[in-house]
Amino acid sequence: MRDHFIKALTAEAEHNSDIVLITGDLGFSVLDDFAERFPSQFYNSGVAEQNMTQLAAGLALEGAKVFTYSIGNFTTLRCLEQIRNDVCYHNLDVTAVAVGGGFSYGQLGMSHFATEDLAILRALPAMTVVAPSDRRECELLTHQLVKMGGPAYLRIDKGSSGEEDNEASPPQLGKLRTLRTGDDLALICCGGILAEALGAAGKLADRGINATVISAHTVKPLDGEAIVELARKMPIITVEEHNITGGLGGAVAETILSASVQCPGFARIGLGDIYPEIVGDQQYLRNVYKMDAPVIENTALELLGSV
Amino acid sequence: MTTATGATRGDCETLEEYAQNLRLHALAMTSRGKSSHIGSVFSIADILAVLYGRVLNVRPQEPGWDQRDRFILSKGHAGAGVYAALALAGFFPVERLKDHYQNGSQLSGHVSHKGVPGVELSTGSLGHGLGVGVGMALAAQRKAQNHRVVVLLSDGECDEGSVWEAILFAAHHKLDNVTAIVDYNKIQSLDLVANTLGLEPFADKWSAFGWSVTEVDGHDHGELATALEATASRNGQPNVVIAHTTKGKGVSFMERSVLWHYRSAQGDEFDAAAAELKGRTESDVV
Repeated sequence: MRDHFIKALTAEAEHNSDIVLITGDLGFSVLDDFAERFPSQFYNSGVAEQNMTQLAAGLALEGAKVFTYSIGNFTTLRCLEQIRNDVCYHNLDVTAVAVGGGFSYGQLGMSHFATEDLAILRALPAMTVVAPSDRRECELLTHQLVKMGGPAYLRIDKGSSGEEDNEASPPQLGKLRTLRTGDDLALICCGGILAEALGAAGKLADRGINATVISAHTVKPLDGEAIVELARKMPIITVEEHNITGGLGGAVAETILSASVQCPGFARIGLGDIYPEIVGDQQYLRNVYKMDAPVIENTALELLGSV
Repeated sequence: MTTATGATRGDCETLEEYAQNLRLHALAMTSRGKSSHIGSVFSIADILAVLYGRVLNVRPQEPGWDQRDRFILSKGHAGAGVYAALALAGFFPVERLKDHYQNGSQLSGHVSHKGVPGVELSTGSLGHGLGVGVGMALAAQRKAQNHRVVVLLSDGECDEGSVWEAILFAAHHKLDNVTAIVDYNKIQSLDLVANTLGLEPFADKWSAFGWSVTEVDGHDHGELATALEATASRNGQPNVVIAHTTKGKGVSFMERSVLWHYRSAQGDEFDAAAAELKGRTESDVV
């Protein structure tokens, strides 16, 4: 997915010299082409994420369109106050890009699990929060972020949902993207974990239960109107590789409750407000922490009263 | 003490008058608002007077002029001083200073750019200003623009790691269009710097990090003007002016006192402070 981000940014930089990419000394082999082609638009801040974000703010104050780049929580939590005070309060054109959403770096341990980022970044006024579910979505949304401007967070997963060829519903910033349609319940996801929801939807279909599967790639601003429309019609399960508190599930719940809609059923799937103390690959950790396809399928069956 | 010669921006005849009027306005603002940090403002009053009264290339009637020098107050808690300096320079009417710290006002205790012409960056959390200023200087370098970026920091602020991140970056990229000024009054929030987290050998540290260092008496307008004008020339190194200052400078009972980091002058204290300041310039401010 990160290759598709840099592909999109490279295409934009070709005709926009205001675009600047700053890395916090990460992106081995990924950023080389960009750095070689646009040496005056590329900086390595060193292992100094606070200053990376401060530099981004200073450049953006002078008209640049800046992308800061690192992995996990380094572009967000390490420099959160710089994002809040310098970028968001000044409404600057800076996108913090984090490679490695959720358990992407599952073997590296807790420091590298980005599992509170959506909730924390979502709480910042002026911030747009984007978590693409597949490579093409990441590429197209990067183009749209460049056009939109303003403070943004782009959370890139290592894993993709594999829906690159699904052109039925092209991603549009701020809008839900429907990948599968069904009338019995809706699985609303963000990030590559959408693959698990699609797997669960397939199993549910075998039982005659038809699920709508949605990529809510723009966690903020959430497409509230479309969420409420779904909530009127069918039970909703949110799925995110993220803490259960305050992320996509929280955002969807807030939307539904605020609209006073009587949703026929609601459940959130995510990490249960803990810090994992074990490691493993992404799939392994999704299974251990109960957010994989069988868990989604069982949750759906329970919600529908089918078990 | 030496005096800087030349014209002074705004209505003040001299930089001495500018500095003392700035102090009087700040005294009135902090007393009216019962706000802290008058000692911090007095510490930088002469620096701000020399910058806004003389050195900075700015146009008060055209705050967004793209060739202007950029100034950032990184020690945002002394915001009352910048508001007063801007008003005295003509960025907005001095009457507006009466809004400071009041309900509904945009003149917040920590300096804010929202609705305040001339403020480049809102600060208040220490350690942000130099890095943002370095980013602005980098932008100027990329666009081959000639203006410079001046960032005023406190000494206690240099405890922040983000300051040293910015120091490293500016030297590595030879950003000689950035000037840091450190208000080195040797007192921080609770105690002396030396008793809290010592900075010495301070000048040597900046120098070792690749910066061109000048040390001045931070209340001597002649020394300040000479040093700050000299840093406008480009030598391939970022510049730092370590300004040795006295916290609370200008009012005898506030000088070198941690108390006046927090206390606002009321009643007899206000009258005594105002009288002491007015006695020096026969100012009609306040």
